[in-house]
Amino acid sequence: MAMRRYDLRHYPSFKAVTLLCLFVLYAPLLVVTAYSFNASASITNWEGLSLRWYVEVFTGADSDKFKSAARNSFVIALVAATVSTAMATFAATALLRGGQFRLRMLSFGLISLPLMVPEIVTAVATLIFFNAIGVDRGLLTILLAHIAFCIPFAYLPISARMQGIEATYEQAAMDLYATRAKAFGRVLLPLMMPGILSGWLLAFIVSLDDFIITNFVKGAGVETLPTAIFGAVKQGIKPNIMAISTMLLGVSVVMVTLSWLISQRDTNK
Amino acid sequence: MQPDRPIAVDIRDAVKTYGDFTALNHVSLAIEDNEFFTLLGPSGCGKTTLLRMIAGFEDVSAGDILLFGQPIANLPPYQRPVNTVFQNYALFPHMSVLENVSFGLEMLGQSKAQARGRAAEVLDMVQLAQFAARKPAQLSGGQQQRVALARALAPQPKVLLLDEPLSALDLKLRKAMQLELKHLQRETGITFIFVTHDQEEALTMSDRIAVMSAGQVQQLGQARDIYERPVNRFVADFIGDTNLIEVVVTQLDTAHASCQMAGGHVLQCQAVTGAQVGAKAHLSLRPERLFLTKADAAPGGLRGRVRENIFIGTDITTIVALDQGPSFTIRASNSARGNARVFEPGTDVVINAEQGAGRLLVS
Repeated sequence: MAMRRYDLRHYPSFKAVTLLCLFVLYAPLLVVTAYSFNASASITNWEGLSLRWYVEVFTGADSDKFKSAARNSFVIALVAATVSTAMATFAATALLRGGQFRLRMLSFGLISLPLMVPEIVTAVATLIFFNAIGVDRGLLTILLAHIAFCIPFAYLPISARMQGIEATYEQAAMDLYATRAKAFGRVLLPLMMPGILSGWLLAFIVSLDDFIITNFVKGAGVETLPTAIFGAVKQGIKPNIMAISTMLLGVSVVMVTLSWLISQRDTNK
Repeated sequence: MQPDRPIAVDIRDAVKTYGDFTALNHVSLAIEDNEFFTLLGPSGCGKTTLLRMIAGFEDVSAGDILLFGQPIANLPPYQRPVNTVFQNYALFPHMSVLENVSFGLEMLGQSKAQARGRAAEVLDMVQLAQFAARKPAQLSGGQQQRVALARALAPQPKVLLLDEPLSALDLKLRKAMQLELKHLQRETGITFIFVTHDQEEALTMSDRIAVMSAGQVQQLGQARDIYERPVNRFVADFIGDTNLIEVVVTQLDTAHASCQMAGGHVLQCQAVTGAQVGAKAHLSLRPERLFLTKADAAPGGLRGRVRENIFIGTDITTIVALDQGPSFTIRASNSARGNARVFEPGTDVVINAEQGAGRLLVS
């Protein structure tokens, strides 16, 4: 196997660079996760394994604050992911299956541009927008902002999936007497479903994790998990923050795994 | 061809343009009911465009299409009682074989039970009843092809459109499917319009063939017609193997023409309309209609020398170069009779043409 010598894995220091990258990426996460199980009240001294900070999150002095923040976060993430995924699905259908129309290329750019815009700019713009139209800041403004910035994230996997679906499937459906609407519902939508599910999961995670935009558009006293954590950290880092972070990390890992499993099952079919 | 047969698909002066490009240039065709009709041509000749226009996937730039007398050019695909077998089959991957086949019937408003019952019958007809519960991806290419066929036949379309459906199959399977398609067409009595670039496939299956090139129909006729009496150089060259020899017509009467080729060799052939004395033309001579004899003292005839013999199993192909003239390909069957007409390279031979073998082509 002469080819093996040209394999990337056999380049000098390939292993070292790989390990360095993995270390930089994951060491902080591992430290936070490990210290969330620390029995000590100090965030740097290890005093043995304990679940006390997890108990503290649910029963401690700040528990009500965190519980309501978590409820807000999950409700917003659920609704924002669902609405933005529906809009992204229609956008992808229009852009990829709507034939040629004026400003089609511009629409392509516009829908993914928010991914490139610095988040702080979007945050300020959204805040100014809400002020201009005179909407009081609160849960609703957070929700609207999240729906808006989740659309491009949901759009990416959906459009990628849709590009892989040949137009002949819909043509075959219409050839077999399905109207456009039925061809969409019975053929295109089921074939797009893996993309739609990953789009939803991605939008859910992005919404759940968002801090900058949320912090700008939330009203006084309304918190989501990230803003609540930030508020708590300003008064000093306590190990219960690490416990919350670890739980949030767990949710993200589950979501990403689900998304991967969905795409995996689909290619195996 | 019976005169009282109704016209299934009547294409009237159809034009299709994409910007500056003309894909179909004023095509008119009358495809009869219960006919196995083939659109044959190289890629880009407009045959698939024409098929997609009948199905409703392409709009008609000018002209009209009638289905049993009804104009359909402005109807969406789902309102046309025609079904298509797609080149890549386009079976719905998320549905079982049975769901695929019953899809069209359900869309036509049949109840699920009714549609499934009819779908099972059609699956039986293409010998796939035992695979009804499988997903398309779990079937072989040949089985997928038969599911696509069953799916398109289940709603009992007035016309079945087939877009190169056999091109993805291997040779043995393709030959078996050619016969199966032909039988299905006879059994169902449905008009089949078949698109292919494979001339052998077209000759094997079709009642009639329209040979297309550059967006136009070059010749329309039965297989034997097109093979034996091509109307122009394109058709002669595209259908089967032939020797296309440049000639000048030296003598002409109502029945015969004398054709002179490079090197001064002369061959008699049937006169055709449009032939003129002194004009350049082409002579098409099928390799299997030529045979060799050893050159003797007698002068005249197409004298040449054997260059090469190529053994291809059923036949032996011989290349003969005429003295100062063009080269010919001659085919002898691999039989006692044929082998007696094969000579070693270097042998001086005379090329003999069977009666009526030469076809003079003026365009």
